[in-house]
Amino acid sequence: MSEEEEDYYLELCERPVHFEKANPVNCVFFDEANKQVFAVRSGGATGVVVKGPEDRSPISFRMEDKGEVKCIKFSLGNKILAVQRTAKTVDFLNFLPDCPHLEYTQECKTKNANILGFCWTSSTEIVFITDQGIEFYQVLPEKRSLKLLKSQNINVNWYMYCPESSVILLSTTVLGNVLQPFYFRAGTMSKLSKFEIELPAAPKSTKLSLSERDIAMATIYGQLHVLFLRHHSRTSNSAGAEVVLYHLPREGVCKKTHILKLNRTGKFALNVVDNLVVVHHQDTETSVIFDIKLRGEFDGTITLHHPVLPARSIQPYQIPMAGPASVTSQSPVPCKLYSSSWIVFQPDIIISASQGYLWTLQVKLQPVVNLLLDKGRLMDFLLQRRDCKMVILSVCSQMLSESDRGTLPVIATVFDKLNHEYKKYLEAEQNYTMVVETGQSRSNPLLKRPVRTQAVIDQSDMYTHVLSVFTEKKHYLHELVIKTLVQHNLFYMLHQFLQYHVLSDSKPLACLLLSLESIYPPAHQLSLDMLKRLSTANDEIVEVLLSKHQVLAALRFIRGIGGHDNISARKFLDAAKQTEDNMLFYTIFRFFEQRNQRLRGNPNFTPGEHCDEHVAFFKQVFGDQALMKPTTF
Amino acid sequence: MAAAGAAQEKQFPPALLSFFIYNPRFGPREGEEEKKILFYHPNEVEKNEKIRNVGLCEAIVQFTRTFSPSKPAKSLHTQKNRQFFNEPEENFWMVMVVRNPMIEKHSKDGKPIVEYQEEELLDKVYSSVLQQCYSMYKLFNGTFLKAMEDGGVKVLKERLEKFFHRYLQTLHLQSCDLLDIFGGISFFPLDKMTYLKIQSFINKMEESLNIVKYTAFLYNDQLIWSGLEQDDMRILYKYLTTSLFPRHIEPELAGRDSPIRAEMPGNLQHYGRFLTGPLNLNDPEAKCRFPKIFVNTDDTYEELHLIVYKAMSAAVCFMIDASMQPSLDFCRRLDSIVGPQLTVLASDICEQYNINKRISGSEKEPQFKFIYFNHMNLAEKSTIHMRKTPSISLTSVHPDLMKILGDINSDFTRMDEDEEIIVKAMSDYWVVGKKSDQRELYVILNQKNANLIEVNEEVKKLCATQFNNIFFLD
Repeated sequence: MSEEEEDYYLELCERPVHFEKANPVNCVFFDEANKQVFAVRSGGATGVVVKGPEDRSPISFRMEDKGEVKCIKFSLGNKILAVQRTAKTVDFLNFLPDCPHLEYTQECKTKNANILGFCWTSSTEIVFITDQGIEFYQVLPEKRSLKLLKSQNINVNWYMYCPESSVILLSTTVLGNVLQPFYFRAGTMSKLSKFEIELPAAPKSTKLSLSERDIAMATIYGQLHVLFLRHHSRTSNSAGAEVVLYHLPREGVCKKTHILKLNRTGKFALNVVDNLVVVHHQDTETSVIFDIKLRGEFDGTITLHHPVLPARSIQPYQIPMAGPASVTSQSPVPCKLYSSSWIVFQPDIIISASQGYLWTLQVKLQPVVNLLLDKGRLMDFLLQRRDCKMVILSVCSQMLSESDRGTLPVIATVFDKLNHEYKKYLEAEQNYTMVVETGQSRSNPLLKRPVRTQAVIDQSDMYTHVLSVFTEKKHYLHELVIKTLVQHNLFYMLHQFLQYHVLSDSKPLACLLLSLESIYPPAHQLSLDMLKRLSTANDEIVEVLLSKHQVLAALRFIRGIGGHDNISARKFLDAAKQTEDNMLFYTIFRFFEQRNQRLRGNPNFTPGEHCDEHVAFFKQVFGDQALMKPTTF
Repeated sequence: MAAAGAAQEKQFPPALLSFFIYNPRFGPREGEEEKKILFYHPNEVEKNEKIRNVGLCEAIVQFTRTFSPSKPAKSLHTQKNRQFFNEPEENFWMVMVVRNPMIEKHSKDGKPIVEYQEEELLDKVYSSVLQQCYSMYKLFNGTFLKAMEDGGVKVLKERLEKFFHRYLQTLHLQSCDLLDIFGGISFFPLDKMTYLKIQSFINKMEESLNIVKYTAFLYNDQLIWSGLEQDDMRILYKYLTTSLFPRHIEPELAGRDSPIRAEMPGNLQHYGRFLTGPLNLNDPEAKCRFPKIFVNTDDTYEELHLIVYKAMSAAVCFMIDASMQPSLDFCRRLDSIVGPQLTVLASDICEQYNINKRISGSEKEPQFKFIYFNHMNLAEKSTIHMRKTPSISLTSVHPDLMKILGDINSDFTRMDEDEEIIVKAMSDYWVVGKKSDQRELYVILNQKNANLIEVNEEVKKLCATQFNNIFFLD
């Protein structure tokens, strides 16, 4: 692959949906809700083939040719087929196993109205959009009839449906620039507040001025947006076209929030991929992308964005010639990109009706790394992408490599951003756990477990993919820090880090420190302090003290925490004997005699304590009479 | 002490009588004794007396060496004064003579009688002061040997004269105490995140300023980070906190010298300014002279420029190799890079510190008067000493109690084991000294009718609240 090819940051999916291309006897339809392509031959008489990007086995059937098909769509789940052949009616055909397989028809209720189209909003609910309003029906397949649920009269120029959010947008008024959204859910239809699209200039005539070609609807970062392609900026100083984003909330008013500057004119098409707005430009055969979460120029109400990256063509694409087996030798043919026969659908569909292909558009992240030089901005961009983890880690790794090292402020910025994202997730998770544990989850049905996206990068990711190259052996991060400092003789630095608890306390870390004592004596104190703070390492503290022959200190410590009734007398006596300090041995021996007296009413050691040798030693040094006498009453 | 006689009594604190440095090898023959003397204070003393005093010291050291070849004499007690000897470099001797404190009484016939208090001065305290004198000299001048290499006795004498002439005036022998023995460092308590922010700041600055060899960071006169090794930092810390910072407090308080540079276009407003080096960056004639310091004199022997830059309560020391001469451009660049960031950092630290204080509830002044010292990291904490000033270190307790602390410390030094000493002082005070591993803790309790057990309990309580995150034996 040459340098230049690596630059392409948009690509068509590898396995497109292939269908019979449109021709005079074969009509092709696309249903945005199910993302299915319908190839209707001879009005259905010689066959209908339905293909979607997910289902690899096409649905094919025949239907009677009752005239030219204007629109054809399955309900959700492919339960019922709806076909529009006239301006007044829609025909239905059940695809349910136990339902009558005979067509039935529904005429629109409004007199003199023409049906502009229809949309399925569930497996049995359908909306007719006429030039005089909308009609919301429930289909009763067993009865082969429809029941009107609700209707609304309103003059409609054209309509648009966003299946993802179940919102239908109607263009109303003479100019067509007042948009009325409706929201559908489980048998209900609700009217959202209407809004007006600002037209580029005051229209001179009273004809329709807003075309549906210039409007798109898509969910970006979980919020429904209406995208308006404004060919001429309202401000005279910039000639280029722009995309105006209106945020359409389920409640409240629709607001203009973002403007994407295209800086060029001509024919455009829009897609939304991975929350990025992709604008294709036919004249230059290139595309640009915008990310509304990246920082733009904010004027108090609207944010102005420029393309994230320089314009590039979609990556050249070879049409696989998957013809009959006899012609396998045929080489792939380069596909004409940005062809005038391309039709673009939301969010990420590109269809070439003349070639018979349906692709989804994809963003490639690796080339972005070389195109977006500002590493902070690059991270902001990557963190919002779906498959970002490996790319982010590769950026980190590159940034820390000798040849391509970033400056410290840049590295700091990048790591801060990663941390921020990680922290956000941890807090959300913690919050969720708390709410569930305290039983508040029942009163809050909207509560969802936070999703761990790829942008959540933890210590082990960072260690495995970025930092592990700096060491031959597998260590944990803290161990890596310590070993590195030790290797470079930076003990005082290590000491200061520990003093401020930069390295979290743990038993393994404390043990590691103990092992450093011979080369750096203060490590002993640091280790003991750490064990003390852990509060679960009392046994270890005793062991450390005994190994240093600090028998009295060990005993005082264990007594201080109230554990002296359970310790092994033998262990302490052994240690005391090793010091060859007879007075110390006497003291320790006496302590345990007293303990025996207190616990059992007798100063003698029991056989189970295995202290015979120590008793003998004590007698030998101090004499029999020095043994403590049992107190008798 | 008799209250009735107090009106007639006059007390004199200990005072510096003389201070001299000599090398017996420089004038071994008779008649050449004067050559041995490298520095003598007070200079006005007659030549023969100088020679006599030096000779006496030489004789004492020489004589006592017969009894203890490995540990030569450290001090000589006399009725009127006490002499302290220190041999910081081979054959180079420093001697400090301190007059014992005295009380002037009037006898019945009105004649003044002077009574010397021979047992008041603590050897360890003043020996430490003498050692400090050398350390401070070495910090700014390098070793004696280095001066000899640079230009022989002449240069050494010049350097000694130049340095000690001023330095001796700042000794303040009357207020030396246990803290001088420790020569500790007060660390600024900080949470991990803010600490790491500072780390990150230092790393960034070292990278962008490029020529910085070491950095140290202080807040509120307390240390947070040192790139220097411990011993060098110890003396630099002493210099910063007792000399450089106090000298700059006055103008800050007076509001003069306000460093907000709004007039510099394109520059973020910040409070940064140089404590060493150029005073006014806008002055094209400004001198960029920084003090030179010498570190790691035992091995790599490095000579550095000390740049101290401060914004609000945060001070950062950048040390750069002495072979680089920082230009005015460099200073301006440093100011524009460090100034804004340090200003933000300083307010972050302040904010975080206040939050932490509120959480831990340590806002309330501790009930206990104590001194803590850890030999391992030189960490020192005292609730006995008030703010250090250039002139004196004020303590809130009676000097007699301070002396008991010093005595306990001497006892600790003699013993290797962990131990605990409890003293009932006059006037109902209890003084407790504890030693655990490398740590020492001294507590002064003012509880009238407390008994030994109660005092012990109180100290336990103090340990539990103040030192619960370290291993400190009860």
